[in-house]
Amino acid sequence: MPVVEIDHLTKDFYVGFWKKRPVRALDGLCLQVQKGEIFGFLGPNGAGKSTTLKILMHLLHPTSGEARILDRPTDSVAMHQSIGYLPENPYFYDYLTPEELLTTMGRLFGFRQPALSRKVDALLESVGLAEARKLQLRKFSKGMVQRIGIAQAIINDPEVVFLDEPMSGLDPLGRMEVRRIITSLKARGVTVFFSSHILPDVEAICDRVAILSGGKLQEVGVLEEILKAGIEGHEVILAGGTDETMDSARRFCKELRLMGDRLHLRVDNSRQLEDLLAFAFARKLELISVNPIRSSLEDYFRSAVDRKEPPDVRGKAAAGVSRNS
Amino acid sequence: MKRILAIAHNTFRENIRDKILYNLILFALIMILSSLALGQLTLGNEDKVILDLGLASISILGMLIAIFIGISLVYKEIEKRTVYALLAKPVHRYELILGKYAGLLFTLLVNLAIMTAGLELALLYVSRAGLGAHLRILPAAYMIFLSLALVTSLALLFSTFSTPALSAVFTFFLWVAGHFGTDLIRFGEITQSAAVKWLCRVVYYVLPNFSNFTLIDSRHIIQSASYSRPIDLWAISWATLYCVLYCALVLSLTVCIFMRRDFK
Repeated sequence: MPVVEIDHLTKDFYVGFWKKRPVRALDGLCLQVQKGEIFGFLGPNGAGKSTTLKILMHLLHPTSGEARILDRPTDSVAMHQSIGYLPENPYFYDYLTPEELLTTMGRLFGFRQPALSRKVDALLESVGLAEARKLQLRKFSKGMVQRIGIAQAIINDPEVVFLDEPMSGLDPLGRMEVRRIITSLKARGVTVFFSSHILPDVEAICDRVAILSGGKLQEVGVLEEILKAGIEGHEVILAGGTDETMDSARRFCKELRLMGDRLHLRVDNSRQLEDLLAFAFARKLELISVNPIRSSLEDYFRSAVDRKEPPDVRGKAAAGVSRNS
Repeated sequence: MKRILAIAHNTFRENIRDKILYNLILFALIMILSSLALGQLTLGNEDKVILDLGLASISILGMLIAIFIGISLVYKEIEKRTVYALLAKPVHRYELILGKYAGLLFTLLVNLAIMTAGLELALLYVSRAGLGAHLRILPAAYMIFLSLALVTSLALLFSTFSTPALSAVFTFFLWVAGHFGTDLIRFGEITQSAAVKWLCRVVYYVLPNFSNFTLIDSRHIIQSASYSRPIDLWAISWATLYCVLYCALVLSLTVCIFMRRDFK
């Protein structure tokens, strides 16, 4: 049973003075997210990622289609008891301290003292804000706001967490910290659905990704399979070669570089790889490593977005609405 | 109910930290200066003047807070996007509205209680009024609180779909117009046109009637204390019933609009 089911979800926004002109932000999106996976929701700005997440959180009403989380409709308050949500560029009551914010949020889930205090303490510790527990949120840096945002999203030990651009605007250390939190959630069996356009982070932690563009789903799949399909060759590193060996090896490979006493060679296909390895064994060269060279998720993302149909007027307008919102 | 209380508590805390209660300093200044000046400006009318000044200050300062905080209660949540994290929790949208409303009402109640105590102190300092007059301030303060509850509900309604500036204008307009309900009925009665008469009556019933909350004024307090007349419980009961029903109606409308809203 999928944890998140999105079935032909469509959202039109109405713009203009009389709010009569529809612009489509999301167009028939169908998607399923399985239990325990980290699901990356990718797309350029204005693709419809935040719109999808807001529909899932019941902040927006869909024009048509349906979405279910934990087999319940998005307006189910009981379902919201079991999920967490971090909005994009989160902003919380800046007159509160993190301790007060988490206590207030915990009360909304029906937690009582003293268990709530213990939970708040543990959460502040886990997101590295224990020292700042008495500091008002207005004095927080962006990274700290993001961390308190994640803490409020997981205060109820959710089964599914939705994170909207959790790495956006963070420095490398901040992004690393968020990645650590997300992977620790997965280790606890939590399903993580997060949108992002920072591809190296997605590549580092996602099990599956969906690529959205112009409000339409372009691709969805297991990350490793997607990347496996894009293997462009292998890099072989050998040691112990002489100049003569180098000249002989040239006929097997496309590129060849000598770095110190090591030969770095690039072959385009498996046939060339087999020939090169046979040559290396025959010459008693030391094999250091063989690494597949594959297209990055960035290349895949670019090709998926490029493959989509040229956006029509409605698609362009929808992107504009999303950017403005 | 717990969720409404949690939201109300948070709203109250927000108001306190936004230094709303600084208006009490202004009120204290009015009371101190007027008390000092009264000895020189009035001849035996200190009770009435201090009561007039005190009750008017409580009412106007309370109304200003109700309008200016009320109009931004929901608007600010949406503008600053704090509503996103809140509504993603197991919270019904109506609970958010009721929690915000209750939080502001509690702020107004605390504010009003402190101001009423200040008025009592000023009265004790300048007047010769007996215990009866002092006790009769409480029903007057209660009536002011009812009017503030009504103003808050109107401000909250407008804040769900309009900008703070427009909401302030709408709420203030209704507050002013609501004081002239009986004049509207009288105008309808003297006019020759049946249509105008009917229109005046409809507008009279639709507009909030704030004259219901001004039945206990300084003159009433002093006279009833002087003649040891009992407190007019009928006026208080009617005002309470009217306030509860009107607020329920306005809040229902607010919830209906808020339920249909998209948070882009």
